Amino acid sequence: MGQTDGSETEGRADRDGASDTEGKQDVPEVPVPADDTPEVLNKALSGLSSRWKNWWVRGILTLAMISFFFFIIYLGPMVLMMIVLCVQIKCFHEIITIGYSVYHSYHLPWFRTLSWYFLLCVNYFFYGETVTDYFFTLVQREEPLRILSKYHRFISFALYLTGFCMFVLSLVKKHYRLQFYMFGWTHVTLLIIVTQSHLIIHNLFEGMIWFIVPISCVICNDIMAYMFGFFFGRTPLIKLSPKKTWEGFIGGFFATILFGILLSYVMAGYRYFVCPVEFNNDSNSFTVYCEPSELFQLQYYVLPSVLQSATGWTTVRLYPFQIHSIALSSFASIMGPFGGFFASGFKRAFKIKDFANTIPGHGGIMDRFDCQYLMATFVNVYIASFIRGPNPSKVIQQLLALRLDQQLHIFNSLKAHLIEKGLLPAVEEAA
Amino acid sequence: MTELRRRGAAADPDSTDNLSDKEADGDDRLGLVGDAEGECEGDTKANTPDVPPSADNTPEYLNKALEGLSSRWRNWWIRGILSLTMISGFFLIIYLGPVMLIIVVMSVQIKCFQEIITIGYRVYHSYELPWFRTLSWYFLICVNYFFYGETVADYFGALVQREEPLQFLVRYHRFISFALYLAGFCMFVLSLVKKHYRLQFYMFAWTHVTLLIVVTQSHLVIQNLFEGMIWFIVPISIVICNDIMAYLFGFFFGRTPLIKLSPKKTWEGFIGGFFSTVVFSFIFAYLLSQYQYFVCPVEYNSETNRFAVECQPPDLFIQQEYTLPAVVENTIGQKTVHLYPFQIHSVALSSFASLIGPFGGFFASGFKRAFKIKDFADTIPGHGGIMDRFDCQYLMATFTHVYIASFIRGPNPSKVLQQLLVLQPEQQLSIFNTLRSHLRERGILPPAVLEAQ
Repeated sequence: MGQTDGSETEGRADRDGASDTEGKQDVPEVPVPADDTPEVLNKALSGLSSRWKNWWVRGILTLAMISFFFFIIYLGPMVLMMIVLCVQIKCFHEIITIGYSVYHSYHLPWFRTLSWYFLLCVNYFFYGETVTDYFFTLVQREEPLRILSKYHRFISFALYLTGFCMFVLSLVKKHYRLQFYMFGWTHVTLLIIVTQSHLIIHNLFEGMIWFIVPISCVICNDIMAYMFGFFFGRTPLIKLSPKKTWEGFIGGFFATILFGILLSYVMAGYRYFVCPVEFNNDSNSFTVYCEPSELFQLQYYVLPSVLQSATGWTTVRLYPFQIHSIALSSFASIMGPFGGFFASGFKRAFKIKDFANTIPGHGGIMDRFDCQYLMATFVNVYIASFIRGPNPSKVIQQLLALRLDQQLHIFNSLKAHLIEKGLLPAVEEAA
Repeated sequence: MTELRRRGAAADPDSTDNLSDKEADGDDRLGLVGDAEGECEGDTKANTPDVPPSADNTPEYLNKALEGLSSRWRNWWIRGILSLTMISGFFLIIYLGPVMLIIVVMSVQIKCFQEIITIGYRVYHSYELPWFRTLSWYFLICVNYFFYGETVADYFGALVQREEPLQFLVRYHRFISFALYLAGFCMFVLSLVKKHYRLQFYMFAWTHVTLLIVVTQSHLVIQNLFEGMIWFIVPISIVICNDIMAYLFGFFFGRTPLIKLSPKKTWEGFIGGFFSTVVFSFIFAYLLSQYQYFVCPVEYNSETNRFAVECQPPDLFIQQEYTLPAVVENTIGQKTVHLYPFQIHSVALSSFASLIGPFGGFFASGFKRAFKIKDFADTIPGHGGIMDRFDCQYLMATFTHVYIASFIRGPNPSKVLQQLLVLQPEQQLSIFNTLRSHLRERGILPPAVLEAQ
């Protein structure tokens, strides 16, 4: 499971989007990647030299992954959620397995069970919160769901406590330290992976464009930074990943911004991507149907004069979302790589080459997703701060849970506010 | 260097040196002072050797006053005096009011964080790591800023609306907190040094787990406090009482060991502590429920710019008559009894404190054994560090918070109103209509009169 050690040489531990073939400096040639390249590929490429073979394997797998991405987008929100869940489970599994290998702790009593149990608990908690927020009417209809949702936090806490007590009871005299390490390792992994995958799902519910554009920007940045580095790279960027170069970094930055603007322009025209995902009670399925919000309606922007003289246009029609996409792609290009450096440092610290061997030529799932997690968190915070307000159905749900006198008080405040804004006629019956 | 850090099963003698100034080695010490929970360092059931006198920082006058006694009783007296001091200190700060309580909670949190991080440094011999002290404290500040900001936004809505810079900070609060955290994250990545990768990642994870445990739970304590000081005082008192009662019962009647992890705990102490804690909490809740000072939610009065605890006591704190079940009727001879509903809840709280609370203590004991330390620190003579006193409290605070959220209160009305005012006008209008029809149904509003909308 990717435990090769000893690659202290700089050329190998860096997997983010750059290639294994030669970079700028005199880096030794990369050995042929792991064994699980499918037979068919091996046969097809048997004629080429090992360096190009590696390049082709990576290229083909990249195209395969991107096509798969488009395919599941086509399949809709439900499939996307399931895929996110599967990726999360696989990433968790990869990191926990690394922990076992590092600490030689396969024989620890109960620990595998406990790790998976904690994963289940935290997922139950988050999915429960999501279901309660977004499927409010469905929940109110079904009696068992209503009870589960009302006491949701208590149930989740009780489940977690059970796991905690099991952990304490499982402490064995000679293995205290190991057990605490694995406990800490599990919790940090849960914190990083599970919470952020739920942020991805929240982004998804906001509108599929908020899911697709960030992921695409990160992928584009990976590929573009590699290309620019391959053709023009000369100055190393950071000691941690010696194959990254400043030329790649800057070139990737501009290319990604451009890509983000174009992709947003293409996607913002379709309701399928732009509308919040909602659960239709009658048809019991997800629908994406709505009046596109202001963010996704073309508006006229006046160009600053310097651009005016350059392009010869005075105004330009843009979606406001395209402006936001500049912010998103800037983050992806500038901060995203830090997530990759973090993962590189982690792999060096524990002397592993890849998180796992799942994808031929690329390593494990976690290798592909390390930059994505930071991006997903940023998108979620960005949406919460700059785009949307609170979720209206959640607000109603909270309102109806209050005491009646509190509801009345809020009703009066709201009425005064609406009258002030002119949304309600001033003549209303006395409350 | 990384080879030394390989955690084979208890096979790393080198790394356990210099771990703590005062411990002997590992497993022989199980019978003894690895367990600081039951407050008992005098002799007990099993044939455990006598405890050495406690740490060096006993104040001089105490030493003088007690120099006549034998070392065992001296230790007992020190612990007793310090216990009384701490309890009196507790009462004093309750008297001083909510602001003081918040400051004390904050200080305790910082001290616990410091104790645990210091242990991490010692375990990993990582004092010399570049930047790491700065980064740990920076992350502490970030997470506290995030939580305090959320609290201020929730509870001080009126104050926030008045001040312009506060409004800006509140509106973009999450973004600002995230940006601050990211800055720390990037500093960490940039500070990675070739030979120390593994150590740095360990300290990073150690810091984050500590933040998760200590900081989030101390904020739950503060939110409990805002619900009403009784929700702060009663859980803490219950845990203290359980500690003391379990020790006393164990001291006098204890015979059967409870768990291998803490050999000084006994079943007799556990069960005796359980029943006496339930009785104590029942009585204590009765005493406190009568005072508005304890029972009312802490609110911030915008005019006087202070905290106020004045309100109409909620239903929970108004005496009600309960019909006793027949079996109890015969023994006591009374048909009904006047209780505060809160007393029923206090039974639930005390059951948790007695039955599950000790697991927090076992966790801390296991942690101390795992890292071969006797106490978290030496802050309190006879008791160890602040964390030693507070390890059971954190689990209790989380439970209380979840209990309140699930069974007692609904959402915070001012927070709901605040969210309402941020929505789009059409959404506000639709919510207004929904609410109006809901209130009409309940008869709170007069039925609809036809009017033009």
